[in-house]
Amino acid sequence: MSVSRDTVEHIARLAYIGLGTEEIERLATELSGVLEHIDRLRRVDTTGVEPTSGAVPNVNVLRPDQPGPSWPSDDAVANAARHTPDLFEVPGVLD
Amino acid sequence: MDLHYASAHELATLLTARELSAEELARATLERIEHLDRNLAAFLTVTADRALADARRADEMIARGQGGPLTGIPIALKDILSTEGLPTTCGSRILENYVPRYTGTVAARLAAVGTVLVGKTNMDEFAMGSSNENSGFGPVRNPWDLNRVPGGSSGGSAAAVAAGETTLAIGTDTGGSIRQPASFTGVVGLKPTYGRVSRYGLVAFASSLDQIGPLTRSVWDAAAVLEVIAGHDPLDSTSLDETVPAYTDLLERPVNGLRLGVPIEYFQEGMDAGVERQVRAAIDIFRGLGADIREVSLPHTPEALSTYYVISPAEAMANLARYDGVRYGIRAPADDIWSTFKETREVGLGAEVKRRILLGTYVLSAGYYDAYYLQAQKVRTLVRRDFDNAFAEVDALLAPTTPTTAFRLGERTSDPLQMYLSDVYTVPANMAGICGVSVPAGLTDGRPVGLQILGPPLAEEVILSLAHNFEQATDFSRLHPQLETEVAS
Repeated sequence: MSVSRDTVEHIARLAYIGLGTEEIERLATELSGVLEHIDRLRRVDTTGVEPTSGAVPNVNVLRPDQPGPSWPSDDAVANAARHTPDLFEVPGVLD
Repeated sequence: MDLHYASAHELATLLTARELSAEELARATLERIEHLDRNLAAFLTVTADRALADARRADEMIARGQGGPLTGIPIALKDILSTEGLPTTCGSRILENYVPRYTGTVAARLAAVGTVLVGKTNMDEFAMGSSNENSGFGPVRNPWDLNRVPGGSSGGSAAAVAAGETTLAIGTDTGGSIRQPASFTGVVGLKPTYGRVSRYGLVAFASSLDQIGPLTRSVWDAAAVLEVIAGHDPLDSTSLDETVPAYTDLLERPVNGLRLGVPIEYFQEGMDAGVERQVRAAIDIFRGLGADIREVSLPHTPEALSTYYVISPAEAMANLARYDGVRYGIRAPADDIWSTFKETREVGLGAEVKRRILLGTYVLSAGYYDAYYLQAQKVRTLVRRDFDNAFAEVDALLAPTTPTTAFRLGERTSDPLQMYLSDVYTVPANMAGICGVSVPAGLTDGRPVGLQILGPPLAEEVILSLAHNFEQATDFSRLHPQLETEVAS
């Protein structure tokens, strides 16, 4: 499977990653190479095989629904690039 | 005794006898880091003040008779384990200023038994890599040959242990990131069974594969660390509620009579002749110890790597969506929120991380989900079945950890696929969730070779006792790099 420049730009948009022109070119080649290797998966007969999503037998791990202490809000925002004492600050989302 | 190359087990004897204080040991270790790490770059943060405080507390614990086998022992944590008040960068520029407000379970348990934290180790960005060249802060060098890579992604942890910059280190293994660098640097590296060790506080890469484990200079040390960090944790819903055996008490169990499988698919073309020679010689040692050696087949081994490069990027693209410049990490200045996301990720993430996020986005996108992601999950089932079938016949598997020894810096950076192929013998264990250990198996061309021992889920005591018996039957774990001369020249 070969990946075009358009495809790279499309998935970069989906993933919110800005890319330079040279990066797009390089990624198209690199991703094509990796996908060619991955394509061998398609040749494996998996008729009737269930998918595995994880390696542990745990199912629906629940805990009692009891309220506990939360982080103070100044701790929660402490690592943000911009914040008020209790809010994350971002550029406008709506016009 | 050379303190820097002593095992935790040996140091504990000196500490308990009060022939050495934890503070003296911590100072000697910090001096060694100061002396060597300019060339190795194994550490991203050296926590000197914390180490001395930990050491004084350890000395008090020992004086009160409350010390354990790891009290006062220097330890380094891969910089992907959250530590309150200490930078946790994950080797990424996007988190260069991130300081967690809490400590994860493994770091907390190790602190509680009195280990001495000397620093946070360098790594491939977000644990994505096999050489440490993907670190946002520059590559780690292999103590055995400064022109070669230490392996990855826990390359800083491996190099630090191999160079005597710490006694113990913690790494993480998503596709081989503990075992492969352990092999490249001649140390012991254990990947526990998925769910054996809590991932709470471990910054996520691929959540169904990530597992935390030790890198050490002896098998006993790895067993002692596992005893501390293993066990159920209500803060990680995938952690298994199973009793933790006293691993260090079970190391002497005899090899005699055990059935050990040699997977034929792990000795294929592309394997270095010197690696094969050392691993075959290791298998002969087990035969000499009375093991019943037989060939087994894991037919889906070649597909396991392809499965990994679908499933791990898919999980990573979801886990790494959180790095958007809003709640933590750097933020690129932009006029609107969408450009903020895009530009923050453009400048903050490195080439390999972008590559994997894009690959993950691609295999999950409409039209490709069934062909790639769902199919990979089905093949993952077949990989697991291969191991189930093998472990119905044998108690454990013996194999090389990697097809080659440490390669040169820059040798594989231009070809991602070549880099990915260095994980071909380690990835299947992650897909199946089983445990594995890499133990030193001698040198070829002056570079370390690792023997990989794989065991069924929760059979850590089996693979550790095999590794211990092998270590006792050989002197490979006493081989050390000739670092001082290289650094001086």
